[in-house]
Amino acid sequence: MSDTTTTDSRRGFAGRRWRREIDLRDFIVSNVTPFTDEPGFLVGPSGRTRAVWERLQPFFREEIANGVLDVDATTPSSLTSHGPGYIDRDNEVVAGLQTDRPFRRAIMPVGGFRMVEAGLEATGRELDPVVRDAFTKYRKTHNDGVFDLYTPEIRACRSSHIITGLPDAYGRGRIIGDYRRVALYGVDRLVEVKKAERAGVDSRWPTDEVLRLREELADQLRALADLKEMAASYGFDVGRPATTAREAVQWTYFGYLGAVKESNGAAMSVGRISSFLDVYIERDLAEGTLTEVEAQELVDQLVIKLRIVRFLRSPEYDALFSGDPYWATESVGGMALDGRTLVTRSSYRMLHTLTNLGPAPEPNLTVLWSTRLPDAFKRYCLALSRDTSSLQYENDDLMLPKYGDDYGIACCVSAMRLGRQMQFFGARVNLAKCLLYAINGGRDEMTGKQIGPANRPVEGDVLDYDDVLAKYDAMMAWLARTYVHAMNCIHYSHDRYNYERLLMALHDRDVVRTMAFGIAGLSIAADSLSAIRHAVVKPLRTEDGLVVDYEIDGPFPTFGNNDPRVDDIAADLVKRFMNHLREHPTYRGAVHTQSVLTITSNVVYGKHTGNTPDGRRTGEPFAPGANPMHGRDASGWLASCLSVARLDYDDAQDGISYTLSIVPSATRLSEEEGLAGAVNALDMFFSQGGFHMNLNVVSPETLRDAMDHPDRYPQLTVRVSGYAVNFVRLTREQQLDVIGRTFHGGLA
Amino acid sequence: MTARPAAGELEEGRRHDLRRDRSPDAPDTESFADGDGAFGYVHSYETGSRLDGPGIRVTLFLSGCPLRCRYCHNPDTWHLRHGSRVPVERVVGRLGDFAPALRAMKGGLTISGGEPMVQAAFAGRIFRAAKGLGLHTALDTSGLLGERASDGFLGLVDLVLLDVKAWREETYRRLTRREIAPTLRFAERLAALGKPVWVRYVLVPGLTDDPAEIDGVAGFVAAMPNVEWVEVLPFHQLGAFKWAELGLDYDLSDTPPASSELVARAVGRFRDAGCIAR
Repeated sequence: MSDTTTTDSRRGFAGRRWRREIDLRDFIVSNVTPFTDEPGFLVGPSGRTRAVWERLQPFFREEIANGVLDVDATTPSSLTSHGPGYIDRDNEVVAGLQTDRPFRRAIMPVGGFRMVEAGLEATGRELDPVVRDAFTKYRKTHNDGVFDLYTPEIRACRSSHIITGLPDAYGRGRIIGDYRRVALYGVDRLVEVKKAERAGVDSRWPTDEVLRLREELADQLRALADLKEMAASYGFDVGRPATTAREAVQWTYFGYLGAVKESNGAAMSVGRISSFLDVYIERDLAEGTLTEVEAQELVDQLVIKLRIVRFLRSPEYDALFSGDPYWATESVGGMALDGRTLVTRSSYRMLHTLTNLGPAPEPNLTVLWSTRLPDAFKRYCLALSRDTSSLQYENDDLMLPKYGDDYGIACCVSAMRLGRQMQFFGARVNLAKCLLYAINGGRDEMTGKQIGPANRPVEGDVLDYDDVLAKYDAMMAWLARTYVHAMNCIHYSHDRYNYERLLMALHDRDVVRTMAFGIAGLSIAADSLSAIRHAVVKPLRTEDGLVVDYEIDGPFPTFGNNDPRVDDIAADLVKRFMNHLREHPTYRGAVHTQSVLTITSNVVYGKHTGNTPDGRRTGEPFAPGANPMHGRDASGWLASCLSVARLDYDDAQDGISYTLSIVPSATRLSEEEGLAGAVNALDMFFSQGGFHMNLNVVSPETLRDAMDHPDRYPQLTVRVSGYAVNFVRLTREQQLDVIGRTFHGGLA
Repeated sequence: MTARPAAGELEEGRRHDLRRDRSPDAPDTESFADGDGAFGYVHSYETGSRLDGPGIRVTLFLSGCPLRCRYCHNPDTWHLRHGSRVPVERVVGRLGDFAPALRAMKGGLTISGGEPMVQAAFAGRIFRAAKGLGLHTALDTSGLLGERASDGFLGLVDLVLLDVKAWREETYRRLTRREIAPTLRFAERLAALGKPVWVRYVLVPGLTDDPAEIDGVAGFVAAMPNVEWVEVLPFHQLGAFKWAELGLDYDLSDTPPASSELVARAVGRFRDAGCIAR
């Protein structure tokens, strides 16, 4: 490390603690320039940005028409596997691609060989025989490892779809490397710190745990060396800290690029970089070495890179997580613990990419909403939502006390302290199906197979609430146990065979780990119990006693109408399942958390779940996330969102996803009044305890037209459950599901 | 489910949903003797409306209306029997579920209909409870039964949304089959009381777009300082299906929705007369 460069890189920066140790939070709060005015300073895209963006358009068009464009089927991806790649070298101000060409996908077989094989097969390509041999004969994959550990019971749960989407055949993702560390400290300093961390472990007695950690630290050190090599291939020395805004953007992006070259994680968030980068941008602007056009150009071009991350995945994977998402989630806004806002000019620049480059699902732009955010920023965000449907909002006032003021969102709704906390991602269980198992004594309602414990099935002609709830609770206890068991297998294997060495090199050694469980089908389960309690529900049995349908007589309240009679049931189910999960110890002592989130898997879940006591027919899609069932939230958007706000975040600290779709309509209110009302509505939702809002402002007619004429809507973006998708890239089935959801009038 | 509510239960839904024969034993609207308001007949309620008063609101639609507007988009609110019979406690309890959110959004409760003054005692009890919950209150009325609104009743109402459907007597009668005079008297009384009012004018092409009608209303309300807004509501066909379902003769099938140009012209006329219009 050269002292002169370090001094130069830190010129003008305040604060002390971050100099002594790795502490991005201290750096940001010591140097951030909160911005509370109207964003009159924003500018359009530069000529260079337009040139680069233009160059990519044919790729986007072809991808919509034909799917995967190109795959390198011979070179398993690593930090250094591919030479430098460019889109338009003369005009790119942020360098770096995953492979040597844009839209050329790499293979990452260590996560799972079958994923690679199926992905290639779907595109009509052959896998290189050498690679096949390597990963079937010589190198065990994560996928192989998990299936060596699974029990017959877990396999049965998997194939009956009561537990689905587990990261046992693909990269778990949901780990956010603190990419900002590369810029602020330079890799050489990070290496020094890692070496010191390692030295601290060398003195410990070599238990399994200590040996694993030593090996991980060794891998992390190799990853940092490879990161330098990767950057050097583009002509940059990331060993030293960034000295300018341009370098800060480039260094940070290299950190992220390294991550997506090595990890085909389901969700690969960027973290919370805008206001960090803003410190560098502000300094260069003040020194007169950067103009506003150049500042916006840096952010626009970084975002272009974040929009073209591509992974090779299988058709089954796409059915669960449709639209090729990778959740390059960037968290924008929020407040500092000292009461200042963390909204900066670069928060605006980041969001302004939706205007400069048009709407897009990635990066998954996430506004950390506090009722204390500057009013101008709130209005700006809601105007963008109205125009692009590309933003999601999460409750900073709820998260700040739990995670401090330097957390990021992994994937859709999972908060974690950056660089200090990681999670073991665990998809979700089907809570609606679990209810059917309770009714049928552990037999699957679609196949009749005994999957769960052979408890007593319900007897008699009418379902009794207390009886069903007791049986349900017992079935949940079994499901939770099996689920934690499966997760322990998965993450043991993932750490062993697909360890994210670079991502973890950009964390502290002693991270807090959470194990993120999830539930799907909450509204169906709650409505079913409501029906059993408030109406008369008769089970209809097959000849061998399997309950396969229900006769419902009489009305019953449904989730989504702000009606405590059923909302309390939903809240209770979330709490109940969380408590069952906590009964069972986790791998590496991870803290149990839970989400109410489905991504697009609500469609697949529905397909594999029989008739339910709420009147839902077999195969019908579930509502996404924590949403009320389509059409049942009949009292308007306000009632709908208040029901969801009633679910307790303390029972679901991995997030509660809610998607609200509003039909745009001409009203007699002025634009200003319209936005003020929307700001009030969001403030209300979050102050009433709401956690997340995916906001769409789009009419079903527009979506129907886009289904018929995809070519006219190449950038039409809609938010589904925790992420946004390019609507025309959804499967037809999922497009119909999105259109079939409740669209509320009256707000927009 | 949303099929049919339990007895005494408020029904979920929207103002544009058709409701019929929920309470077959209910009296006729005309002969209904408003009692102590312990229960009432309710068509539906909506949450989250931004157009029924200031802020974001819960809007309660009561059944029963003596007018027979040719453009009515909710003819299923004319008769009490189409609504659900609900105890006032249930309505108030339901409102309480929304009160914190409404307060946070500087919104409140709007009682609409139908003509809410058909059930003045019921409406009054709900308004009293709403004030107790700290909510802004609005009454959406044709004004025909304005005499039923005592000063005490009006004391519970923060804003009156007053439908002035036409200016000339014969136009009003042709449109509604009732007299306009009570509405105008009610408007004058509200002005004398200084009660905030938003005047509403439904713009129906070919029926109420005659400049003379607009100018008449405009001249009448321009002088009233308590009128905060004149709102021009464009006619739409969302209620047409209800006429057909209820077996009623609907003679506006061929009337086009009011275009934004037509609305802009009407708003312009109101403004020219000195009204604050939108």
